[in-house]
Amino acid sequence: MRGALDRFALLATPGLAYLAIVYALPLMLLLAESLRDAEGVLSVRRYTEFFADSFNMTVFWRTLRVALMTTLLALVIAYPTAFALARARGWAQTAILVAMVLPLSVGVIVKAFAWSILFRSNGALNEFLQWIGLIERPIRLLFTETALVIGAANVFLPFMVLPIYAVVRQLDPALGAAAASLGATPWFRFFRVTLPLTLPGVVAGSAFVFSLAVSMYVIPSLIVGERQQTLSMLIARSFLFLRDEQLGSTISALLLVIAVAVVLGSSWLARRLGSRE
Amino acid sequence: MTRTDRLFMGLSWAIAAGAVVFLMLPLVITVAVSFTSSPVYTLPPPDLSLRWYEAMGRRSGLMDSVLLSLNLALISTAISLLLGTAAAIAVAQGQFRGRRAIATFSVSPLMMPGLVVGVALLQFLREMGLRDAYWSLLIAHVLITLPFVMRTLLAAMAAFDFSLIDAARTLGLSWPLAILKVLTPNLAPAFLTAGLFAFLASMDNYPISIFLTDARNKTLPIKMLQYLEEQPDPSIAAMSTGLILLALIALIVGSRTVGLNRMIQG
Repeated sequence: MRGALDRFALLATPGLAYLAIVYALPLMLLLAESLRDAEGVLSVRRYTEFFADSFNMTVFWRTLRVALMTTLLALVIAYPTAFALARARGWAQTAILVAMVLPLSVGVIVKAFAWSILFRSNGALNEFLQWIGLIERPIRLLFTETALVIGAANVFLPFMVLPIYAVVRQLDPALGAAAASLGATPWFRFFRVTLPLTLPGVVAGSAFVFSLAVSMYVIPSLIVGERQQTLSMLIARSFLFLRDEQLGSTISALLLVIAVAVVLGSSWLARRLGSRE
Repeated sequence: MTRTDRLFMGLSWAIAAGAVVFLMLPLVITVAVSFTSSPVYTLPPPDLSLRWYEAMGRRSGLMDSVLLSLNLALISTAISLLLGTAAAIAVAQGQFRGRRAIATFSVSPLMMPGLVVGVALLQFLREMGLRDAYWSLLIAHVLITLPFVMRTLLAAMAAFDFSLIDAARTLGLSWPLAILKVLTPNLAPAFLTAGLFAFLASMDNYPISIFLTDARNKTLPIKMLQYLEEQPDPSIAAMSTGLILLALIALIVGSRTVGLNRMIQG
C-alpha cells in the first residue's frame, strides 16, 4: 500500500512544481526585494519612504475605502438575492442564474466600458435620473469614487452571491419552523438562527470580493482614470510609464501583503465559525 | 409564515429582481451602443446601423490579437486541465499529509492581485533570461487558468466515488485506463465547466498579460484598452458585443450539457 500512496503524491507534483516556480517563488522574491535598501541591507526604508509621502497615503486609504465600500454594497445586494435564488423555481431561477453566469463570462473590460458610457454627464444614467426628477441638471458621475464603487460592485456581485447561495441552499427550512414553534420572533430567528448559519458564506464572499476590489485595475482606469489613483494604478504607472521599478515593486509587495492578510484572516474566521457549530 | 416573514421574502424578491437588472445592464447597454449610427455613445441610438461593425473590420491589428488570445486560451486551458486533473486526483485519493494545503495553495492565485503576480513574473522571467513574449504569455496563462480548473475539479472529485475505479481495476483495467474510461466520462460536466471558465479567464486577462507583451504580441484585452485610449468610438462596443455573443454561446452549451445550477457550484 505504501507504494500506491506515494504514487498519488507524485501525481500532484507537476502542477505543484509549476505553481511553485512561476507563482510562489517570484512572489517571494518580490517580497524579499522590497525589504532591502539600495545597498542590499535588510530594511523597511522603502515602506517608510512610501508612507511618508502624503499623496501615497491618500491613494492607500482611497484604495482600502473603495474596496470596503464595494464589498459592503455587494453584500447588501447579494444577501437577499441569494435567499431569493434558493427559493426560486422555473423561469425566475433561470433569470437569476443567467444574470449571474452570463456577466461572469463576459470580460471586465466590456463591463467597465459600458459603465463608463452610462456614467457620462450626457449618459443614460443622468437622463434617467433627470427624467424621474431626482436631479435637475446633469451631475458629474464619471471620475467619482461613487461611480467606481457602483461599477466594481456590479462586476464582483456574482462572487458575493454564489458563496452565500451555496450556504443558504443547505439551510434546513425545518430549523426556522422549529424556532417559530418555540415562540421565536422573526427578528430573533434571523439574528440567532439564520444569520449565524449563513456567516461562513458571507465571510467567503466578502473576502473574495474585497481582495478583488483592492487590487482591481481595469475598472478604475476606465471609470475614474488618472484623477483618482489607486494602488494598482500606481503600480502600472510606475512600471509602464515612469519606469520606476523600485516604487512599483514596493507598492506591489504592499498590495500582496494586504491580499495575503485577507486570505489568512478570512480562513481563520471561517475556521472559527466552523468550530463553533 | 408571519407577516414579517412575508415582508422579508417580498423584499428579497424585489432586491433579487433589481440585482438581475443591475447585472444585465452593462451588457444591454453595450449591445445597444454597438448598433448606433452616431459616432458618439448616445442612448438610445438615433438610428440603427451596422457601420461600427464595418469599422471594427478596418481596425489594424485586431485580427492578430484575437488569434493570439484564442491560441493562448486554448493551449493554456489544455495544459491546465492535464496538470489540474492529476493534482486533483492526488488530493482526492492520496493519503499523504498536506493535501488540504495543496488544495488551498493551488486555488490561491484567484485571490492574489493580478498586477502583482504580473510584476513578479516579469522580474522572474527576465532574471531567467526569457525574453520571448509569446512563451512568457503562455507560461502566465497556464498560471491564470490552473486555479479555475483546480477549484472546479477539487469540488467534483471530492464528491466522486473512487471505489468505481477500484471496481474497474478488479475487472482487469489498468489504473490509467480506469481513470480514462470511468472517471473522465463521469466527471465530464466538471471538466466542461472547468475548461469553460478557464478559457474565458484567459481570454479576459489584462493585469498579468500587460507586463509580458511586446509590440507584436498583444492579447485582445490589451488591444481593446489601447483602442479605448487612442480612438474610442462605438466600434469597441461592436467588439464587446462579439465577446458577449461568445459568452452567450458558452452559456448555452454549458446549460444544455451541465445545467446552470451545476455550473455555478464549481
